[in-house]
Amino acid sequence: METIEKTDLSQIIKPENLVYAKPELMNDNPMHYCPGCSHGVIHKLIAEVVEEMGMAEKTIGVSPVGCAVFAYNYLDIDWEEAAHGRAPAVATGIKRLNKDKMVFTYQGDGDLAAIGTAETIHAANRGENIVIIFVNNAIYGMTGGQMSPTTLEGMKTSTCPHGRDIELNGYPLKISDLLALLDGTCLVTRQSVHTPSAVKKAKRTLRKAFENSMAGKGTSVVEFVSTCSSGWKQTPEQSNNWMVEHVFPSYPLGDLKNID
Amino acid sequence: MAKIRGAVVVNTERCKGCNLCVVACPTQVLELHPREVNDKGYHYVYMKQPDACIGCASCGYVCPDGCLTIYKAKI
Amino acid sequence: MSEEISLLKGNEAIAHAAIRYGVDGYFGYPITPQSEILETLTLERPWDTTGMVVLQAESEVAAINMVYGGAGTGKRVMTSSSSPGVSLKQEGISYMAGAELPCLIVNVMRGGPGLGTIQPSQADYFQTVKGGGHGDYRLIALAPSSVQEMADFVGLGFELAFKYRNPAIILADGIIGQMMEKVVLPPFHPRRTESQIIEECPWAANGRKKSRKPNIITSLELDPAVMEQNNIRFQKKYEEIKKKEVRYEAYLCDDADYLLVAFGSSARICQKAIEIARAQGVKVGLLRPITLWPFPSEIVAEYAGKVKGMLSVELNAGQMVEDVRLAVNGKVKVEHFGRLGGIVFTPDEIFKALTEKLF
Repeated sequence: METIEKTDLSQIIKPENLVYAKPELMNDNPMHYCPGCSHGVIHKLIAEVVEEMGMAEKTIGVSPVGCAVFAYNYLDIDWEEAAHGRAPAVATGIKRLNKDKMVFTYQGDGDLAAIGTAETIHAANRGENIVIIFVNNAIYGMTGGQMSPTTLEGMKTSTCPHGRDIELNGYPLKISDLLALLDGTCLVTRQSVHTPSAVKKAKRTLRKAFENSMAGKGTSVVEFVSTCSSGWKQTPEQSNNWMVEHVFPSYPLGDLKNID
Repeated sequence: MAKIRGAVVVNTERCKGCNLCVVACPTQVLELHPREVNDKGYHYVYMKQPDACIGCASCGYVCPDGCLTIYKAKI
Repeated sequence: MSEEISLLKGNEAIAHAAIRYGVDGYFGYPITPQSEILETLTLERPWDTTGMVVLQAESEVAAINMVYGGAGTGKRVMTSSSSPGVSLKQEGISYMAGAELPCLIVNVMRGGPGLGTIQPSQADYFQTVKGGGHGDYRLIALAPSSVQEMADFVGLGFELAFKYRNPAIILADGIIGQMMEKVVLPPFHPRRTESQIIEECPWAANGRKKSRKPNIITSLELDPAVMEQNNIRFQKKYEEIKKKEVRYEAYLCDDADYLLVAFGSSARICQKAIEIARAQGVKVGLLRPITLWPFPSEIVAEYAGKVKGMLSVELNAGQMVEDVRLAVNGKVKVEHFGRLGGIVFTPDEIFKALTEKLF
């Protein structure tokens, strides 16, 4: 029985039968992310889109402070690592002085919506021709699961151990809704990567965002509503389910703005 | 009659045993290895029921660590 | 072509010099007393002529990070501000030192602490030469004392910044920034081409060519053994700068019994004080550090063996005097004279302080 299966597999595993593989731009460095972390899938999507657009030699990424600080270790493009929250300003400097380059930031909810709010809003308001990739998992992952601006009401974190109290900490910040109001943005969208179909849809949207940046249409913001199994203290599978049930109602998926 | 058959090749050292591919698979091909672990101590995924694989790559799309390579052929 | 002489404010001279030296980008935020730099640049519209990018940022924090972004691609990028704004830039400056990015920062100092006053001061000496931001790093600090030097140091600052892959700073003050003087502007240098930048800055993140590994601009290194090596490399670079790049001006020092040590606008006022002193038969000279870091310690030490005393004359409560004393190492009496909070001393006050403190 085993012999037959092995023969079968060797008939299938041939270069001409390849349907899916890790993109070439993603190198073999093992990623430091926790098991099941959404970052890995989003990294893959960036690599695939940049590769498919033939822009590897012209792309410059800006990594944040947060779990994705080391994004530069995994995608073989040029990178600049920004101070906490400053990625949109760094990207502005890069893009303004290198108009032929494709420039994106990669930021978490703490980086983008707390300490970097001013940089985010003003880069978007100027309509910088960059892509802002916003990974929103409603928690500070890198520092060990503290409350972030997008933490849900009642959600427990290490700095709101009894659940986020609106009276004390204010409301979950729907920053993408805010960014969609700005005239400088051309695409503001919420995506996720928890199912194969969501991943495929997110990739199409991400490609549009990158194309927008090269067409000079203004700022594209792609929010990925994501999980943080370690911070949420759940398995990756439970995290996905919890996200669908609890996070999506606050941060519903879909385009908030999409100008052709 | 020709039949669509798929195969998943696992980079067992990259796999962190997150189980998301197991959940995503529509034909219950995959399972985390009940005994074997990789150098980092993760129970990596393997094809428990290779005959059931249709090569849809759903596992690959949701794999956060890019450790799955998928092939598909008519046999 | 004959020399082109202009009558300009120090701040305006910086703006014109930036365009002429082929600077690629300027990112700034308005603050008195240096707003003329951004104003002049936007009036001149260099983006239509040299292609230089000029952008008013939403804050000093954003401006320095735009500089970081542009500098990381190998471009010549600068920013300017005044004391409170430069405090805001310290995070970015530390990151640039850590990532070894060349750039030019201009601080047209005003009185502090806090929001302080818009009047001139030299109270940011410590911030400039002793760190400012976090970590063991140094800035190449140039102190102009004329409008001409405001223009010249834009070129010199970029030259040194790129030579050593380190931020350089022009430490001016409200007097030098606001006063008008004649100045010979540099001839137009074309901005470097993409291929020149790739050749000059092989480290720059300007798009990975297949022939090389990705270039990563970062100050982060979690492995302490590697981070220690990074720091050792920085320190070696700083030692080399200290050996090769000290600049100063000695005025009437050869026969001097007393030495005034002063930089920037203070040095100008000291020249008049020396005139007053010499008219009364007191032989006073002026040693003007042009590079505040690296500090001209060797020449100060040399004069310590020749004079009866030194007076460090600064528009602050006594900052550079510490470096003068370190250089003198107890060989001769070193005192400080200063005025604070935006008040500028007169030459008579300086001479009086000299006689009271050193005679």
